[in-house]
Amino acid sequence: MNFKNFKSSCVPLPVDNVDTDQVIPARFLKATSKEGFGENLFRDWRYGSDGSPNPDFVLNNPNYKGEVLVAGKNFGCGSSREHAAWAIAGYGFKVVISSFFADIFKGNALNNGILPIQVEASFLQQLFEKIEANPGTEIAINLEKQMLKVLGTTLETGFEINPYKKICLLKGYDDIDYILSQKEAIEDYEKKQVLAI
Amino acid sequence: MKIKQPKILFEKIWDKHLVQSKDGYPDLLYIDRQYIHEVTSPQAFDGLRKRGLPVARPERTTATADHNVPTKNQHLPIEDLLSKFQVETLEKNCREFGVELYSLGHQKQGIVHVIGPELGFTQPGMTIVCGDSHTYTHGAFGAIAFGIGTSQVEQVLATQCLLQYKPKSMKIEINGKLGKGVLSKDIILYIISQITAAGGTGHFVEYCGSAIRRLSMEARMTICNMSIEMGARGGMIAPDETTYAFLKGKEHAPKGEDWEKAVAYWRSLPTDEGASYDTEYIFEAADIEPMITYGTNPGMGIGISQNIPKIAKNSSPTDMEKALSYMGLKEQQSLLGKKIDYVFIGSCTNSRIEDLRLVANFVQGKKKANGVNVWIVPGSKKVEAQARNEGLHEIFQEAGFDLRQPGCSACLAMNEDKVPAGKYCVSTSNRNFEGRQGPGARTFLVSPIMAAAAAVTGEITDVRELL
Repeated sequence: MNFKNFKSSCVPLPVDNVDTDQVIPARFLKATSKEGFGENLFRDWRYGSDGSPNPDFVLNNPNYKGEVLVAGKNFGCGSSREHAAWAIAGYGFKVVISSFFADIFKGNALNNGILPIQVEASFLQQLFEKIEANPGTEIAINLEKQMLKVLGTTLETGFEINPYKKICLLKGYDDIDYILSQKEAIEDYEKKQVLAI
Repeated sequence: MKIKQPKILFEKIWDKHLVQSKDGYPDLLYIDRQYIHEVTSPQAFDGLRKRGLPVARPERTTATADHNVPTKNQHLPIEDLLSKFQVETLEKNCREFGVELYSLGHQKQGIVHVIGPELGFTQPGMTIVCGDSHTYTHGAFGAIAFGIGTSQVEQVLATQCLLQYKPKSMKIEINGKLGKGVLSKDIILYIISQITAAGGTGHFVEYCGSAIRRLSMEARMTICNMSIEMGARGGMIAPDETTYAFLKGKEHAPKGEDWEKAVAYWRSLPTDEGASYDTEYIFEAADIEPMITYGTNPGMGIGISQNIPKIAKNSSPTDMEKALSYMGLKEQQSLLGKKIDYVFIGSCTNSRIEDLRLVANFVQGKKKANGVNVWIVPGSKKVEAQARNEGLHEIFQEAGFDLRQPGCSACLAMNEDKVPAGKYCVSTSNRNFEGRQGPGARTFLVSPIMAAAAAVTGEITDVRELL
């Protein structure tokens, strides 16, 4: 996924402060691989205690589908569990749009090829309204130009993304590959500094 | 003549650990110590295997099993197969990669943020990471300590370095003396209720002021521990004589000449005169009463004598209404007298020996209320042993409290210690999110003595009335 000409309809979750315990409850953190988390995304909102789908939850509403999750402010707060990002990616989301992301979650999302896009609160509100009026509303993203457009409307916005992560996402780079390429600088540092063990 | 720029504590440590700083790139930071546990490490070790890499600095890596472990009958094989497999995977990985592990059964095992300081691994001036958001606990020693995701755990295992953007700085000053029955847990719950669950975002917090200086190391750890709950990038307290006294003689603390050198260095760390922070707050200790959360994030807290706030007209309808509906509470209601079902005294926030002593002191000669289950889960085997040496276990037994074995336990209920749906639990842990202590469980966050009071009366109580 290189986000060069990305286009998708949206799944709206107009809830603020969605914490990562909701994204992926603790009892699902027992896996030892990165697979299978998508099934348990928003597990306790998605399914009742008897395992039957909760008809009021957006993921069970067939009118809404797509690779973009639109969420209320402070999305991903709480526990640092990277499993939250794996669950979102595993389910099939490639982008999350919100007016604010919790720091650790944002880092985890970027490290897993998910693009978190932060927009103004007023833009987010308008986007929710457009999606409610027309569940098939699509957005288009140009990562190179850092632009987000709501297709079929005049609604559009630029967004910030740090330059390093932008290059990584565009090229499919990994943090570790980058650091390993700086091996000399690390060895240099260890020689010069006296550090406690 | 080169004029030395005044620096804050955070900057001094960050700058000393910079391997590389390039425009447009995150800083490359050297990590002094990485703590590891069984939940956030399997995929990281797997990643190393796939890349054909060893752990770069195993001597700077310390592991324990804490999140998934049972807190009863730890000498028997773990019953839950997934938990068992996860702990065994950690054991296998540590063996294969040469990492020191305090696993289930080891006499120094415990919650990672309890054993690190106990063993003297955590020291002032260090950079410390762990795949766990309560890693900020170690900031109490004047270290830069923060939580990271599994991919970053892999990054540090592979290179002993981490790519990080330098956060902004925040000073939170608390002055004065705490009132009777008010503990450091109340300080942090108060701060979060004032600043909100997202109020610290993007900032690394330094706590200071006369109220902070008076606190013991364990009390300071409680405060730093919960810094994540206001969205901060970290929480730290400058080291002082209290810190050095705590560390002296700890197993992995420097000894002899190294000790003298270390202390001299640590004394240079506190913030310089004239250094500034991006954001500052000041609070008075006298304004803080015993706190309790009423909602589903740690910022939804009130003083015990206050009522639940009114739902603001223009607030996002989902937030407060949803929280109160989940908790079975009403706006403007008082929590006093609310009947509760469970009490959990434990977690990396409050499970150290001072916490257990406070509870034992309060509870001595009293019994738990009928119909209440009380779990006391010590933070480590060392804490458990010390509690027994001091006879605290007899006091707990007399009172009908269930003293269990170390682990994260009901803080996040990954093991069997789950609060049933709809039941109320008064807890000394750090999070009250929906379903945190079990699907449908309802959590009230409090200090250890507020928890003890609730255990004895069977309802939410102002502990000051019983002191």
